[in-house]
Amino acid sequence: MTTLNSKVPQGPIKDKWTVYKENVDLVNPANKRNIDIIVVGTGLAGGSAAASLAELGYNVKAFAYQDSPRRAHSIAAQGGINASKNYQNDGDSNYRLFYDTVKGGDYRSREANVFRLAEVSGAIIDQCVAQGVPFARDYGGLLDNRSFGGVLVSRTFYAKGQTGQQLLLGCYSAMNRQIARGKIEMFNRHEMLDVVKIDGKARGIIARDLITGEIERHSAHAVVIATGGYGNVYFLSTNAMGSNATAAWKIHKKGAFFANPCMTQIHPTCIPRSGDYQSKLTLMSESLRNDGRIWVPAKMEDAKAIQEGKLKPTEIAEENRDYYLERRYPAYGNLVPRDVASRAAKERCDAGFGVNATGEAVYLDFASAINRYGSEQAKIKGIDNASKEVITELGEAVIEAKYGNLFQMYEKIIAENPYKTPMMIYPATHYTMGGVWVDYNLMTTVDGLYCIGEANFSDHGANRLGASALMQGLADGYFVLPYTIGAYLSHDIRTGKIPTDTKEFDEAEKEIKEKLEFFINNKGTHSVDYFHKKLGLVMWNKVGMARNEKHLKEAIKEIQDIREDFWKNVKVPGDLNEMNVELEKAGRVADFLELGELFAKDALNRNESCGGHFREEYVTEDGEALRDDKNYAYVAAWEYTGKPSEAILHKEELEFKDIELKTRSYK
Amino acid sequence: MSVLSSSIARKVAMALSALFLIIFLVIHLAVNLTSLFSEDVFNEMSHFMGTNPLIQFAMQPVLIFGVVFHFVMGFVLELRNKRARNVKYAKFNGAASASWISRNMVYSGAAILAFIVLHFIDFWIPEINTKYILGDMSGVLPGEEGYRYFEELQHKFVNPLRVGAYVVAFIFLGLHLAHGFQSAFQSMGFNNKYTKCVKNLGTIYSIVIPLGFIIIALCHHFNH
Amino acid sequence: MNLTLKIWRQKGPQDKGQMVEYKVTDISEHMSFLEMMDILNESLVANNEVPIAFDHDCREGICGMCSLHINGEPHGPDRGITTCQLHMRTFKDGDTIYIEPWRAKAFPVIKDLIVDRMAFERIQQAGGYISVNTSGNTQDANAIPISKLNADLSMDAAACIGCGACVASCKNSSAMLFVSAKVSQFALLPQGKVEAADRVRNMVKQMDEEGFGNCTNTGACEVECPKGISLENIARMNREYLKASII
Repeated sequence: MTTLNSKVPQGPIKDKWTVYKENVDLVNPANKRNIDIIVVGTGLAGGSAAASLAELGYNVKAFAYQDSPRRAHSIAAQGGINASKNYQNDGDSNYRLFYDTVKGGDYRSREANVFRLAEVSGAIIDQCVAQGVPFARDYGGLLDNRSFGGVLVSRTFYAKGQTGQQLLLGCYSAMNRQIARGKIEMFNRHEMLDVVKIDGKARGIIARDLITGEIERHSAHAVVIATGGYGNVYFLSTNAMGSNATAAWKIHKKGAFFANPCMTQIHPTCIPRSGDYQSKLTLMSESLRNDGRIWVPAKMEDAKAIQEGKLKPTEIAEENRDYYLERRYPAYGNLVPRDVASRAAKERCDAGFGVNATGEAVYLDFASAINRYGSEQAKIKGIDNASKEVITELGEAVIEAKYGNLFQMYEKIIAENPYKTPMMIYPATHYTMGGVWVDYNLMTTVDGLYCIGEANFSDHGANRLGASALMQGLADGYFVLPYTIGAYLSHDIRTGKIPTDTKEFDEAEKEIKEKLEFFINNKGTHSVDYFHKKLGLVMWNKVGMARNEKHLKEAIKEIQDIREDFWKNVKVPGDLNEMNVELEKAGRVADFLELGELFAKDALNRNESCGGHFREEYVTEDGEALRDDKNYAYVAAWEYTGKPSEAILHKEELEFKDIELKTRSYK
Repeated sequence: MSVLSSSIARKVAMALSALFLIIFLVIHLAVNLTSLFSEDVFNEMSHFMGTNPLIQFAMQPVLIFGVVFHFVMGFVLELRNKRARNVKYAKFNGAASASWISRNMVYSGAAILAFIVLHFIDFWIPEINTKYILGDMSGVLPGEEGYRYFEELQHKFVNPLRVGAYVVAFIFLGLHLAHGFQSAFQSMGFNNKYTKCVKNLGTIYSIVIPLGFIIIALCHHFNH
Repeated sequence: MNLTLKIWRQKGPQDKGQMVEYKVTDISEHMSFLEMMDILNESLVANNEVPIAFDHDCREGICGMCSLHINGEPHGPDRGITTCQLHMRTFKDGDTIYIEPWRAKAFPVIKDLIVDRMAFERIQQAGGYISVNTSGNTQDANAIPISKLNADLSMDAAACIGCGACVASCKNSSAMLFVSAKVSQFALLPQGKVEAADRVRNMVKQMDEEGFGNCTNTGACEVECPKGISLENIARMNREYLKASII
């Protein structure tokens, strides 16, 4: 076991980034023209990186599996983006944002990276406004802010319920400008299938043109991976159908360490599963918990009746309802952080109190908020002795103004009116804090290979706070990587164009082709989805919201079995040299089947409960997560050696010089 | 025609010619309406319109150009638009999202064109023949007293088939205008808080103008 | 419920393609339309047939990837949603459903129900941006106040997901709603005004070159748009274009 060098600059935390920027090696503009960079993935992180690097003068080749960078799943983020602008004058500062993020991450993130993130957060907002991102404004014409879970200030900027979309369109427009200038060569509908290393350095990728099926070689002086998280290892998640871990996993197999795979965020407010045919889960903004009260029936017979469709939630009397979050966490109530809220829902449903046919749902009830807002409005409007109907009507109008689009979305999916009957929600996999290990420069353990955004591990520790994912993606792409990559590329100005007709490219391409041919030629019996669903079920049941040693060991075995079965019995119709969706999926699921095992192995290794990783054996007397800072205040970075089960653990010890380690308490 | 190389320029040109024709229709109807009330006034106005050099040699060519342009451009656009979808849908439910008339302006336009041809044969060609070929600018039939215009007008509406054709054509004009009026404003970039007002005005216009012409035709037919 | 599906199958861009009939049984009304398609595809794979290719990704109505023309309407008969948000309860047992790709010369079919929307990309590249470097040295975000009304209108225009339903629904295959949404978003903001004239000219030029039809104000695009982009944006673009051409 080696110790990893995170390359964090010396000096006080507040000066690290400034000093770094002042001293980092630069590349002369004339030389930048001779340097190629490949960016894989064009969501917020990849898109902003591609645009920024092209503006600096590098030749960028950008790859996306969709038909446009605008479709990356960053687009689905609803709530907002944090920045320590302190426009509200409520005491916000870089330090506070830093502190909240480290605390929210349950002290498993790297201090220096998080501080840098907080430092550049303000510039992100400036940048986006300059690009024409239509953030919400107040009547004075200045930017509006809202508050989000887990913090005490209002620092979240938003664009209706479509913040991710607008930020992505902002960086997409910056990319378009560079595509028009010829500085970015855009490869839509292309999927990276492997990285090519020459003399230990990342020098290119092998990609498949998803339209023609052609295998292509692309060379560059550096490769940036920005392909998002691996939440789809669960099959059902709030990720897009195409979201995959292939790029991240392939670089892992070529030498990049994979860090903290067990740290996965389960988001509490998603629309529950309705049947086995379910293809994905839909998230509803966490902001709903500001006004909704979460409950399940207090009596088992009521729960049974509801599950059988014999009873309606509105027929259950107030005293027969269990508002379990308010009961267990009186201080934060329904606004406890995501991991806590998710586990509490699971606990109730496991106990049999779930409220839909599958038994996996809890109520999110707006009746009291409607009543409260209605009474308030009646007073404002000077209506004395307002009837119940009037109050309800006024209250519903307020709720509609705040959450109208979410309510409409819910009604479209479930076909129930959430103004009249409580919503049903259940937790779903949402975000992966773990990912490829990177140093302060965002470089992986392979020279010249960078990893940014959700795909890396660095900033969110064991749990991510709301509205921080967008911040990290854009910070990495716009403001961090463009500096740090120069430090590496400044040594590459004499290299010249990297040829693709070398044996390293030959080998990588051959390996890929053989695997693809295997899929097409394998006379299997089951579709790719069959295996993916099986894997997802094991992951959800045994490596999901609550884990224990027995289940994790079982999971590892079961995943190995599914993987073996997959390689024997997978069936992929169609041909190689055409658009072949099943073939694309097969490659992705093959990688998930390996990643899933490492995920479980990492969860088994981490004998503590922290953030999104909850081990049933490590709990306090009243059932709360029990962190072990003495033994586990480290990043677990795994080195691939041929099999996930034989991965070697490397530790990066986490030092907390500027923040005192505390137990998170929301009671 | 390089000015018209862009789709928006063509759209605006269609709107401008349409607005011009919309104004023309009002004047035309106003003149015709007088025939219901006073034979003399109608005759005087017809003579003025038919002999005033400004109207004859400045306004009339512009009008003809406007009409021809609107039709030619309309048909050209329709052809181009058809070509923009080279493979047709097996099922296309256009009615779900747009009114029949807005989708079929080319057919109402074609009906109006047919009417205009008839109208030219009935009025315009004989007029031009009398005035510029035969050189009779007097407006009076040989051997008779007073202007000929009212007489000729009444004579045209004797045949019930022609009256029927006129009525049908004006119904098509109404339909064309029902979409065309507000569409012209939208094309010119006019869409704001007054748009509702424009739309209502368009509805009124598309009913009143054709109805006016229809009433004139029917009155003359039955009063003859 | 049991349904008859008539689906466009086309092997590749050069293939002629045809409508093929399929039957699906035991479809739950709670399924989304695309989940119904998943089930059909599963059964095709089980029978060693090539599954039907269709675009989809986020399955929550925001990525703009899904693009099915269902029973003669883009994104199906429901309003304000994308295909992935369409649920089977909209249909009745025994229904016959036509499923086709977007049809426009500017959107050639790649395979089955997947079309190539690169024309939209090229239009955006022609000017759908504000020329500002991502240096982080721009002025403070609050330096220029923007009226709430204009900020909100700009947001409404920016809500476009670029799915192409406007083109698919238009009898003329016109892309005016899409282009005008982007033009409007920037035209309404002070940051975007600097390049407004060039932007509208270049984007409209590119739109015309791509072979989209001419707008005749039928308004179908607005009705079928999953994000409710308003026709006002087209009027605004016409205005911007006139301004740019005259001045």
